[in-house]
Amino acid sequence: MTVPGTAREFRDAIRAGRLTAVDACTRALERIGRTDPALHAFQTVSADRALARAAAIDRGRAGLDRLPLAGVPIAIKDNICINGVTTTAGSRILEHFVPPYDATVVGRLEQAGAVIVGKTVCDEFAMGSSTENSAFGPTKNPWDPDRIPGGSSGGSAAAVAARMTPVALGSDTGGSIRQPAALCGVVGLKPTWGRVSRYGLIAFASSLDQIGPFATTVEDAALVLQAIAGPDPCDATAAAHGVPDYVTALPNEPAKALRGRKIGIPRRLLESGVDADVRAAFDAAVSQLEDLGATLVDVDLPHSRHAIAVYYLIATAEASSNLARYDGVRYGLRAPLGPDDDLISMYERTRAAGFGAEVKRRIMLGTYVLSAGYYDAYYLKGQQVRTLIRRDFDRAFESVDVVAVPTSPTTAFRFGERTEDPLQMYLADVFTVSAPLAGLPAISVPCGFGAGRLPVGLQLTGRPFDETTILGIAHAYERTAGWWKEEPPDLKVGPT
Amino acid sequence: MSFTRADVERVAALARLALTDEEKDLFAHQLAHILQYADEVRGIDTSGVAPTAQALADAPQQRDDEPVPSLPRDRVIESAPEGAAGLFKVPRVLG
Repeated sequence: MTVPGTAREFRDAIRAGRLTAVDACTRALERIGRTDPALHAFQTVSADRALARAAAIDRGRAGLDRLPLAGVPIAIKDNICINGVTTTAGSRILEHFVPPYDATVVGRLEQAGAVIVGKTVCDEFAMGSSTENSAFGPTKNPWDPDRIPGGSSGGSAAAVAARMTPVALGSDTGGSIRQPAALCGVVGLKPTWGRVSRYGLIAFASSLDQIGPFATTVEDAALVLQAIAGPDPCDATAAAHGVPDYVTALPNEPAKALRGRKIGIPRRLLESGVDADVRAAFDAAVSQLEDLGATLVDVDLPHSRHAIAVYYLIATAEASSNLARYDGVRYGLRAPLGPDDDLISMYERTRAAGFGAEVKRRIMLGTYVLSAGYYDAYYLKGQQVRTLIRRDFDRAFESVDVVAVPTSPTTAFRFGERTEDPLQMYLADVFTVSAPLAGLPAISVPCGFGAGRLPVGLQLTGRPFDETTILGIAHAYERTAGWWKEEPPDLKVGPT
Repeated sequence: MSFTRADVERVAALARLALTDEEKDLFAHQLAHILQYADEVRGIDTSGVAPTAQALADAPQQRDDEPVPSLPRDRVIESAPEGAAGLFKVPRVLG
C-alpha cells in the first residue's frame, strides 16, 4: 500500500483498517525523531500522550466513520494551551508553564479524532517573522537549513513541510500562518476574525489574533478548519455565523471553480518592493488562474501601503496590555528577590528576566502609543486608518471575489539577516498585515519557486466568513499547478 | 522623531520593565526609527473617520448566565511561583 501523505489519506487508511492510529502516530514520532534534530520544529514532543490517544481511537474502531480526522497526527503551535502539556509561547517567562485546561481548538481536534504529537517552536508570544525570537532557539527551513522558516508559526510550517505531521495549527496576527507557509512551501489559512475560538490561545493582539491550519493540500486545510470553526461559550468573539461544509464545497473540476470568477490584483501596491523571482512566480500563478477562466481585475487598495505602520501601532498597543498579566504572581517566572524587593520591583525584575528583546521592544512601543499625549496621534490615528484599509477592501469586493498578492515579498532569508534592524523584519509582513486589520480570511498556497529553489506563496484574500471561496480557488489552482507534490530535498538526518 | 533616554525611562516605568543601560540606549535608537516610520500615518486625512477597534460588526456572543464549574483551585495555585493556603503570595506591597 502507498504510505499516506495527507491528513485525508491517513484518515481514509485508518478508517479502512489498512493502518492503525497507533501505527500512524508511531510513524509521525519516528519521522520527528529522525528529522527534527536538524530542524528544531518541535518545542515539545508528547509521545506518551499521543500514543495513548491513538490507542483509544483504535479501541473505538466502530465510531471511526464519525471522526473526520480519525487518527490524523497533528502538531500544535506552542502558544496554544494543552491541559498538562508544557506551553511556553516561546518565552522564558512561561518556560515551565503547564496549563490546567485545554484550548477550545485542542478539544475540538481531539473530538474529531486527531492525535496531537507535540508543540511547535514559535517566536516569543508570536512576535516575529522568522522564529529567531524564540527563547529556545529558532526552527530551520526544510528547503535550506541556513534560512529562516518564516514566523511566527515557523515550527508548524516546517513540521508540515518536512512531512513530520500532515497538518498543524498555528496562529496569525499579522501573517504568522501565511508567511511561514509561503516560505516553507505549504498551505496556510488564516480564517476570518471570529471564525475560530481563541479560548486557550495565549493572547498577543486580541483584535487581530486568529488560529488556523497548516497543511500540504488545501483539502486538508479545509478538513482542519471544519473541525475547529464555530461559536464557543468560552470566547465571546467567536461568531455565531453558520459553519458551511468547507470540504464538500471544494470544486471537483478546476475550470468550473474559476469560470466567471473575478480576481483582484492591486497592481500599484505591487509596483515596488517585490523581489523579481517572487514576482515571476506570482505572475505565472495569476495567468494560470486566468487560463482556467478567471478574469483579472485591477483593484486599488490605496491605504494598504500604510498597513505596516498601522499594524505595528495597534498590535503593540494591544500586546502591551495583554502582556501586563506576566507579573510573577499567578503563573510563570518570578525573578529571584532580595530582602529589599517590594511588589513593584518584583514585577519589574520578573519582566526584565522573562521577556526577550523583541517582546520588550513591542511592550515599550505599545505602552508609548497608548500613553497620555500620544494616544490620539498614534493609537487613535492607527485605528482610523485601519477603517480606511477595511473600506478599501469593501470597495474592492464590490467588483471582485478575491484579492491576490504574493504572500511574502521575498523568499526565505538567512538567519541573522534582519535581526539587527527591527523595522526591516517588520517589512517582511507587508502583504500579510492587511487581512487581519480588515478581519478578512486569507490563504497562502504554494505557487512555485524562486532563486535557489526556495518556495513562493500565492495569497488569496476573501470576504468575511467566505473561506469557501478562497479555499475553492486555492484548491483549483493547486490541483492544476501541482506544486503541492514538491517535497524539500532529503535532509541530512541521522540513521533510521 | 526623537526618542530620548528619558522617554525610554518614563515608558519602561509605565510598563513595569527594568531595563539595563544598554537596553535603554538600544531602545531609544530603535523606537525612534520605528516611530519615524509610523509617522507616515499622521499625515493621512482621517477627519470624520470612525476608529476600528475590532474588524467585524458582529456583536460579541453572550452565553446564558448560568454557573459552571471553574478550574480546580489547587491546580491553579500550583502554577504560581509562590502559593500558600489556596492563595497567591506576593512580596510586601506597603513599606
